[in-house]
This record gives sequence, structure tokens and C-alpha cells, in this order.
Amino acid sequence: MTAKDEIKKSFLASLWFMFLTFPLMVIKVNTVTDKVEWRWHNMALVGIGAFVLSMLWRYLLKRQADGSKKEKRQGPGTIQTLLQDKRVTLPGIIVLGAFTLLFPHIFSMYQTNIMISALIYVMLGLGLNIVIGLAGLLDLGYVAFFAVGAYSYALLNLHYGLVFWIALPLGGLLAALFGILLGYPVLRLRGDYLAIVTLGFGEIIRLVLENWNEFSFGPSGISNIPKPGLPGMDLSLEGSTIFIFYIIVALVIFTIFVINRLENSRIGRAWIALKDDEIACQAMGINKAKTKLRAFALGATWAGMGGVVFAAKTTFINPASFTIWESVIILCTVVLGGMGSIAGVMSGALLLILLPEYLRDFGQFRMITFGTVLVLMMVFRPGGIIENVRKTYKFEKK
Amino acid sequence: MDFEYFAQLFLGGLTRGSIYALIALGYTMVYGIIELINFAHGEIYMIGAFTGLIIASVLTMAGFPTLAVVILAGMAAIIYSCAYGFTMEKIAYKPLRNAPRLSALISAIGMSLFLQNYVLLAQTSDFLPFPSLIPDFEFWEPYAHILTSPELVIIITTVVVMILLTFLIKFTKIGKAMRATSQDKMMAALLGINVDRVISVTFIVGSATAAIGGILIASHIGQINFYMGFIAGIKAFVAAVLGGIGSIPGAVLGALVLGWTESFFTGYISSDYEDVFAFLFLVVILIFRPSGILGRAETKKV
Repeated sequence: MTAKDEIKKSFLASLWFMFLTFPLMVIKVNTVTDKVEWRWHNMALVGIGAFVLSMLWRYLLKRQADGSKKEKRQGPGTIQTLLQDKRVTLPGIIVLGAFTLLFPHIFSMYQTNIMISALIYVMLGLGLNIVIGLAGLLDLGYVAFFAVGAYSYALLNLHYGLVFWIALPLGGLLAALFGILLGYPVLRLRGDYLAIVTLGFGEIIRLVLENWNEFSFGPSGISNIPKPGLPGMDLSLEGSTIFIFYIIVALVIFTIFVINRLENSRIGRAWIALKDDEIACQAMGINKAKTKLRAFALGATWAGMGGVVFAAKTTFINPASFTIWESVIILCTVVLGGMGSIAGVMSGALLLILLPEYLRDFGQFRMITFGTVLVLMMVFRPGGIIENVRKTYKFEKK
Repeated sequence: MDFEYFAQLFLGGLTRGSIYALIALGYTMVYGIIELINFAHGEIYMIGAFTGLIIASVLTMAGFPTLAVVILAGMAAIIYSCAYGFTMEKIAYKPLRNAPRLSALISAIGMSLFLQNYVLLAQTSDFLPFPSLIPDFEFWEPYAHILTSPELVIIITTVVVMILLTFLIKFTKIGKAMRATSQDKMMAALLGINVDRVISVTFIVGSATAAIGGILIASHIGQINFYMGFIAGIKAFVAAVLGGIGSIPGAVLGALVLGWTESFFTGYISSDYEDVFAFLFLVVILIFRPSGILGRAETKKV
């Protein structure tokens, strides 16, 4: 196609979008005072924006089509090779570790707090990665397990005075139990049904928390949740923030360790096989039900523990923190980073949570960007930023 | 048992079910053809309601008579919903036609999130009052205590739309092409059916019914906001699954069953857990009859 055609097409697209966005972007009606506000400048913006984006869109699609026509990329990409090279990774990990250890001492408490939330999301992303990336089950109610963890710490502490250290494994355990509880009925469902049912499950948990006042104190939530401490430790506000920071860092490292081991274990390989072909998998003697339930339970465990840390960090929780959109954000971190790849999910979570924090002025565009990211990643780079490299064996003729 | 109360709940359920049916049709048609849950379908319904409101307000202020306002606003809402449905398919789903289904589903979720926030940013996050477009009919006065005139209009409109849709799918050329495509895309293409066009038409028709539902419910409830599409979309999806996704009479039947159960549940038991109930219903149905009431059980060849 010639450049002239391209410009013509983009021009048409721009006209189309100007028409499309006309009532919503240009007209704004104030129903109280009965006044209409005409915002023509928005139309011009949409026109120009649509023209540029349409050119870009077409160029990228074309490049993608050319790329797939040629031989698929040989071997892993540059980032993957770097990640596998011991000479690069070893110093990298040491520098990263030192930076993490010193982080709360170099930066202010505000920064540390943001980092804690980002690391909670890293943990959640890694947990969801088990369910989506490894086992290929799209779980849209993941935040429910996060809520289970947070509420189990808050309530157990309120009624029985349980401390953080006991609540942490207990929260994980309870979440795992809920994972099995949810997993059991949905075992037979296929991908998209599963998504809807898990979404429904997430909403059920939130609505129950909101309405069952005697149990969960309803929408007003639970406050004064104690921060974690050790016997004999008397922590100031700053000290306890730093303490939580180290706890979450330790938990993230623990998560990475476990997931890394899981991935190459019998269970992990069963998950990946199940994702690719259920029938073949069953023919090979893998118990489908058990394998799926394990994925749900193990995925939920991390969310539960993340929830306990979340409750301890904010010292206040209410059902509003656990809406479906929270699940979508976690999903977004996994998709952006790269489904199934640990480094990918981590960078995805850090990017998606830290960037909006530092770009506060664009705060209102946060969710719309997430939506755009999901669509664009699926269209142009379904593997994510750091694509997961699967072990492949090649048969080469001599 | 109080009969009048029962009748009220019954007819209320029927109205509710009719609305769900209008939205569920879009889900079920799209699913029937490309096997994708169009998550953003609820958003199309919301956009229909918003466009209707904006055009209606502008026209009212310009001094048009009520009937003209109703017709023009309704048409604008339908046209814009169709345009959005069409564009959405081209951007978010068409490039993913051959990708794994998980990708298309994630893309649909992204689209839903995008459209919601687009309306939030372009318009407002507050609830907007929606004028009651449907007047109270005089001849209906004696029965108005059981079923209000707007509710009557909703039910009648739904029936008319159903009949038109059935006609479209059963007796027209494009309807035939749609049925062929839903059975076997490859074969349909080999026989000279333009599959891309059929998919576009499906999205347009589904969006149109959603827009009609959007205006009707908005004028019935009296207020709209950017979030209204989400829960309605989920419930319509429940209805579509209930009846057997992919089947059009199934979607209507499922919507009515859901409408009635919800209505009786809130009327006789409790209204706090209305949404919980809808979701529980979905889970139970999927466990015991995953293919829905009218759906056929799927067999998979290896």
C-alpha cells in the first residue's frame, strides 16, 4: 500500500472517531441548570489524535504481520539471554539486593510506604501468575482471596488477639481453603465461564463483607489493626514501616523461591501441560481435578498472605479496597509483565504501581491507561514485556 | 398469600427480565459466532443510555416537541451504540481472531475498563438524572397500580425486538449467513460468505438491542452513571448462560427466569443480597447444567 493510501485511510479513521466521540466528548449537559457546554476543542484533539494513532496502529500491525511471515524469532530475545547469563545476573542480584536493603534508609518514609504497596502487588501478581500464567485459568476474583487474608487477620486479632506472625500463615491457609472451595465447583468449566464465575465469586465475597454487619462491620470496615512487631521490640511509626518493608521483601523473596521451584517441579509441569491440552494431559495420567485445585489453592495462599500484610500496613480495611477492579489491576500487572515469567510479572507490577504514584497529575487517567494497556498488549505483544521462555527441544538433522 | 403483591412481583420480574433479555441477546449472538464473551457489551448499553440522555437534553432545550425528542434521541442512541460496537470489534477483537481465547477475553476486559473510564472522564462520575421519556398512558390508568405504563412499554418493546430479531435471523440472507458462520466459520468462508462482515453485523445488531435496553431502563430508573453497564452486563451474561449461551430463545428464557427469581427473592426474602443471589444462581447453574436450559451439551473431538 502506498503512503497516500495510508494517509487517506488514517484521515477517514480520524473523521470516524470525531463522529464517534461527538456526543460524549463535545457536548456536556448540566441537567440542573439546563445549560449545554460545547467543547469543540475536544473534537479537534480527537481528530488529530485519531489520525496519528491510526497511522501508528496500521504501521505496527503491518510490522507484526511481516514479522510473523518471516521465520519466528530465533531463540530467546535479548532480555532473556541477559537474564540467563550468570555473569550478568549475579552482580545484578547483589546490587539489587543491596539497594533493597538500604532502600528505607535512603528514601523517605513516604517512598517506603509506596514501595511496600508495590511489593504487595508484586506478591499478588506472582500468586496470580500461578493460576493464569502456569495453569492457564483466568481468575477474575483473585482479590477475594486478598480480602480473605486481610479480614482473617483483622477479625482474628479483634476477637482473639492473634498476633501478626500467627495470622500470616493462618491467613494464607484460610485463603487456600477458599481457593479450594471456589475451585471445586468450577473444575469442569472452560476458560471464559471460569472467568465469569470467579468474578461472581469475588463480588459475592465483597457484597457479603459489605452487608453482614455483625460479622465484618459492614462498609465502615475495621480500624486499629496492630502493626507487626516482635516481643521486646518497641517500634516508632517510622521503625514499624521499615520493619514491614523488610517483612514484605522477605515474603517476596520467599514467593519467588517457591514459585521458581514449583515451576520446574512435577506439579508445575503438570500445570503447563494442562494449559496446553487438557485431553492429552488426562491421557498421560495427570489428575485434572487435583492439579487445578492445587493451582487455585497455591495461588490463593499468596493473596491471603499479601492480605495480612496489607491489613497490617494500612491498619484499616473495608470492603471498598477489594473491588473487582483490584483484580483487574493485578491481572494487568501479570499481562503487562508477561504471563508465566517471574521477572516479567515483577517488573510489570512495579511499573504499573509505581508509575501512577509518581505521575500523580495523571492520576485520573490511571484506569483508562490500564484498559488501554490490556488491549494493546494483547494485540501487539501477547507475551508481555519479558516473555516467558519455555524449554524447547529441537531435533536437528545431521 | 396476597395476590396483588404477587402479581406486582411477577410483572416487576417480567420487566426486569425483558431488560436483561435485550442485553443478553447481544452476548449470546456474539458468543454464538466468535465464541467470545464480549465483556464490554455492558458498556455499549451504558453508552447508549448516555448518548440518549445528552441528545434528549439538547433537543429539549432547543424546544423540540416531546415525541420528536423521544424518537430522535432513541435513534441517536442506537446509531452511536452500533458505531461503538462496530469500532470496538475492529480494534480489540479483529486482530485477535486467531489468538488464544484467553487473549481475546483479556482484551475485552481492557476494552470494558477503557470505555467506562472514557465516559467517566468525558462526562462525569456523578449520577445524572434521566428524564422519564415514556409518559403515563391514560387508557392504562386502571391497571397502573400493578404495572406502570413505562413497564408496559418495556415489555412490549422487548417482544417487538424479539420478533424482529427472530425474523432477521430466520428469514433474511444475512441471518442465514450468521447461522452458517456460527456453525463453521471456515466452511462458511469457503462458500463465499464474508465472515468479517457477518461478525461486524452481529456486533451492530447486538449493540442496537443493548442501546434500546439502555434507554428503556434509564428512563425507567431515572438516573444513569458510568458504572451502570457493568453490573447489568454481568447479569445479562448470567441470563445468557442460564438459557444456554449461543441460543437466542435461551437468552430470553434465561433472562425471564433470572428476572423472576430476583424479583421474588427481593420481594419475599431480602433485598440486601440481591446481587449475591444472582451470582450464586449462576454458580449453581454452571455446576449442575453447564450448557444451560436450552443449550446443547458440547462434545469435543480429540
